[in-house]
Amino acid sequence: MSKPKVAFYWCASCGGCEEAVVDLAEQVLDVVGAVDIVFWPVALDFKVADVEALADGEIAASFINGAVRTSEQREIVELLRRKSKAVVAFGACAWLGGIPGLANLRTREEILAEVYRDLPSVADGAMPREEVEVPEGRLHLPRFDEDVRTLDQVIPVDYYLPGCPPPVALIAQAVTALVEGRLPEPGTVLAPDVALCSECPRRATKPEDLKLERFVRPQEIVADPETCLLAQGLLCLGPATRAGCGAPCVAANMPCTGCMGPTGRVRDQGAKALSAIASLIAPSDPEGVAKVAEQILDPVGTFYRYSLPASLLHRRVGTDGGRPAEPSEPVAAAGGGEPR
Amino acid sequence: MTREILIDPITRLEGHGRIHIFVRDDGEVDRAYLQIPELRGFEAFARGRRAEEMPQITSRICGVCPMAHHMAGTKALDDLYRVEPPPAAKKVREMVYDAFMIEDHALHFFFLGGPDFVVGPTAPKAERNILGVLGKVGLEVGGKVIAVRKELRGLIEEAAGKVIHPVFGLPGGISKPLTPELRDRFAEGAAHALELAQLALRLFREVVLANPSYVELITSEAYTHRTYYMGLVDERERLSFYDGHLRVVDPEGRPFLSYDVHDYLEHVAEHVEPWSYIKFCYLKDVGWHGFTDGAESGVYAVAPLARLNASEALSTPLAQEAAEELFATLGGKPVHHTLATHWARLVELLHAAERMGELAADPEIASPEVRTLPTETPTEGIGVVEAPRGTLIHHYVTDERGIIERANLIVATQNNAARIALSVDKAARALVHGADVDEGLLNQVEMAFRAYDPCFGCATHALPGQMPLIVEVRDLRGELIREVRRD
Ligand code: SF4
Repeated sequence: MSKPKVAFYWCASCGGCEEAVVDLAEQVLDVVGAVDIVFWPVALDFKVADVEALADGEIAASFINGAVRTSEQREIVELLRRKSKAVVAFGACAWLGGIPGLANLRTREEILAEVYRDLPSVADGAMPREEVEVPEGRLHLPRFDEDVRTLDQVIPVDYYLPGCPPPVALIAQAVTALVEGRLPEPGTVLAPDVALCSECPRRATKPEDLKLERFVRPQEIVADPETCLLAQGLLCLGPATRAGCGAPCVAANMPCTGCMGPTGRVRDQGAKALSAIASLIAPSDPEGVAKVAEQILDPVGTFYRYSLPASLLHRRVGTDGGRPAEPSEPVAAAGGGEPR
Repeated sequence: MTREILIDPITRLEGHGRIHIFVRDDGEVDRAYLQIPELRGFEAFARGRRAEEMPQITSRICGVCPMAHHMAGTKALDDLYRVEPPPAAKKVREMVYDAFMIEDHALHFFFLGGPDFVVGPTAPKAERNILGVLGKVGLEVGGKVIAVRKELRGLIEEAAGKVIHPVFGLPGGISKPLTPELRDRFAEGAAHALELAQLALRLFREVVLANPSYVELITSEAYTHRTYYMGLVDERERLSFYDGHLRVVDPEGRPFLSYDVHDYLEHVAEHVEPWSYIKFCYLKDVGWHGFTDGAESGVYAVAPLARLNASEALSTPLAQEAAEELFATLGGKPVHHTLATHWARLVELLHAAERMGELAADPEIASPEVRTLPTETPTEGIGVVEAPRGTLIHHYVTDERGIIERANLIVATQNNAARIALSVDKAARALVHGADVDEGLLNQVEMAFRAYDPCFGCATHALPGQMPLIVEVRDLRGELIREVRRD
C-alpha cells in the first residue's frame, strides 16, 4: 500500500516552523519514514505543477505555516486546499497571525516611511516602488498586502497546530494521527484543551485565590525559580494559554507569553488573557484597580502578541493613535504588475 | 535592449529573491539586478512594545538564526539600562552563542553549501544535494553531523529555554544560572563539536584543496571582489562573535576603521533602491558610489571570510593555525575570493568549538550570580553581535518607562547586500553571451549566492536551501522565448 501523502508549505513566516520540521526529521525518523512528502519547497525538489497533477483530496494532510500576505501565497494555499483531505494551520502565525501580525498595528505607508525614510541609518535613495524605470528597462516589485491574515481568513482550515514554533512532540502526534486516518473533529486544535498552568511544574505554588497588588517586569526582580511566576507579580499568561508545550519558558524562569494560543472556544485570545489577568487585581475600588492596571504597559503587544490578525481588533486600535478597529476586508489581489 | 532574463527562484521558494538581467543588442549583459521582493517591517511595529520583549520579538525575524537576534537584543538592553551583567551571565551567553554558531555553520557546510564542493561543482545535479554529500563522505560522517547538531540544539534549549526563539536574555544577565551538571554536558558537546570541525576541515583539504580545478575556481576572477571587510574584534583585535568593537580593513587589508558600536551611525549607512525591499549598507567614510568594488567604493562585506580578513588573529590555537593555512594557500590577507567563505566558515566552526570548550571549563561559569538588576532610567541602547551571516546591530530608543519609540536593526545580510548584488552582476556578465543561456549560468549564480549563505529571512524570510532556478528568456513584448531549468 502506498504511504499517505503529506505536504509542507510556508507563507509569511520566519522559517522557525521549517526548522521545527527539520528537528522532527532529525529526531523522529520513523514519523517521516511513514509518509510520502509530495511538496516541501524549502527542502525538497517538487514543483507546484507536481501538486497540480494530483487528484483533488489526494494529499492526506497539508501543513501550512506562516500568515498570508501576498497573492502568490494565496494561490498556493488555495491549490493545497483543493488537493488535501486535511489542511493544518501549522504554528502561531498560520493559526492566529503570530508576531509578524503585529504589523497590523501600522499601515502599509507607515511601514514604508519608517523603514525606507525615517530610520537614522537610512541615508539616500528612493523608496521601493511596484514599478521602476531603470536605465536598462523596467523592474517590478510585488506589492505587499495592507493586512497580515491568518490562514483560515483565506481558506477553510481543518486543524490547528499551536506554538511558536509547534513543539516537536505535538507535530509528531499530529502527523501520526492524520496519516493513520484518526481524524479528530474539524476545527480541533491539536493540543490539550487545558490551560498551561495545569501542566506547569510550578502549579502547586499558584494560590487558588491569587490577588495582586502590583505587577513587575522581568528585569525588576530575580524571580524565584520554584514559585509561580504570576504569584511573583510577573505577567505570566499561563492561565489563558493552551498547554502542550511543556512550559519551557517557565522552566527557563521566564513568564509564558502566550504562543500556544487560547484554549477551547475562546474567540479572542487577547481579551481572554486581559480579563484573566484583570480578575487578579487585588484592589476592588475603581481607582485602585486603575492604579494596578496602569502597571501593565503595552497591553496590546502583551495580550495580543501572537493573535492580533485573528482577534476582533484585527488591525489598529484606538489607543495606538490610529484609526479605530475595523473589520478586515478581503484584500484585492496583490502583486500589481509582478512578472510571472 | 533585445531581451530580458528573469531568474525567478520564487517559482518554488516564494518571494525570496529574483534576478533580472538586461541584455543589449550585441548579446552582452547590460546589467543584472538582484531583487528582494518582500518586507515585514519589524522596526515599524516594534514601536510601542516593552523594551524587555525585544529579544523575543526580534528573534521572529529569523527562525534560522533566532539566537543572533535574541542576543543582539539582549545586549542592547544591557546598554539601554546601563547595566553590567555578572561575569557568569556573560560567559553563559557567549558559550550558548558559540554552540549556536557551531550548529548553524555545520548546517550550512554539510547540507546547504557543501554540495557545491564536497560533491563537486561539476557533479551531476542529482547528486548536488544532501544525499550526494552523504554518498561522498559516508553515512558515518553524515550521522555525526546530525548527532552533533541534535546534541547542541538540545543543550541550547536547556540553557536558553527554547532553541527556536530563546527566552533567557534579560537586561543585566540571564534568566537562569547554568547548573554544574549542564556545564559538564556543554563541555562534552564542545569536545564533539571540535571533532566535527576537524573532520570537516580534513574533508575540505582532501576533497577541495587537493583538487587543482577547485582551487582555480575559488580564486577565479568571476568570484572575486576587492572590497572593505568588517567584523567584531576583542581588545586585542582578535575575531569575536559575542562582544567587542568593530574593525574595518580596506581592500589592501590595512586597518581602516576601528569604532565602538555606539558610533555605528557615523560609519554605516543604508542606501535605498526603488527596485528592491532590501537596503544596501555602505561605509559612510567612503560614501555610496553605486554597485562597484575597490577602495573608492563604500561597499563592504561581513560574515566568515570578512571576519577573518578584518581581524588580526583568532584567540584559539587550532583555529589560528587553520586561518594561517587559509591565508598562506590563497595568497595572504585579505582574501577577496567569495567562494573561500566556505573554508573560512570551517575555520570559524573550529574556533567556536574551541571557545565553547574553554568557557565550559571556566570554573566561574556555573556561578549562581547571573543577574544585575537595572536601576537606571532607560533612554537608548545599542547591541552588536556577529551573527553566522555577519554583523548584526540592534538599536533601541525608549521613553523613560522603557517603551520602544524607535528601533533600528542593521541585519547581517544587509551588510552584504551590495556585494551579493555585485556578485550576481559579475556572474551574469561572465556567462551570458549571445543568445545562449546555459545551465552554467544557473550553477554559477547559485554558487555565488550560496557562499554568502544569504539569509534573506532576515530581510525577508528565505531559509537558504537547495535553490532551484528557472531562467525565462522573454522578448521585448514579454513573450516567453525559452525556459531553462536547473532543478
Ligand atoms: S501562571 Fe505561569 S508560572 Fe504560574 S502556574 Fe501558570 S504557567 Fe506556571
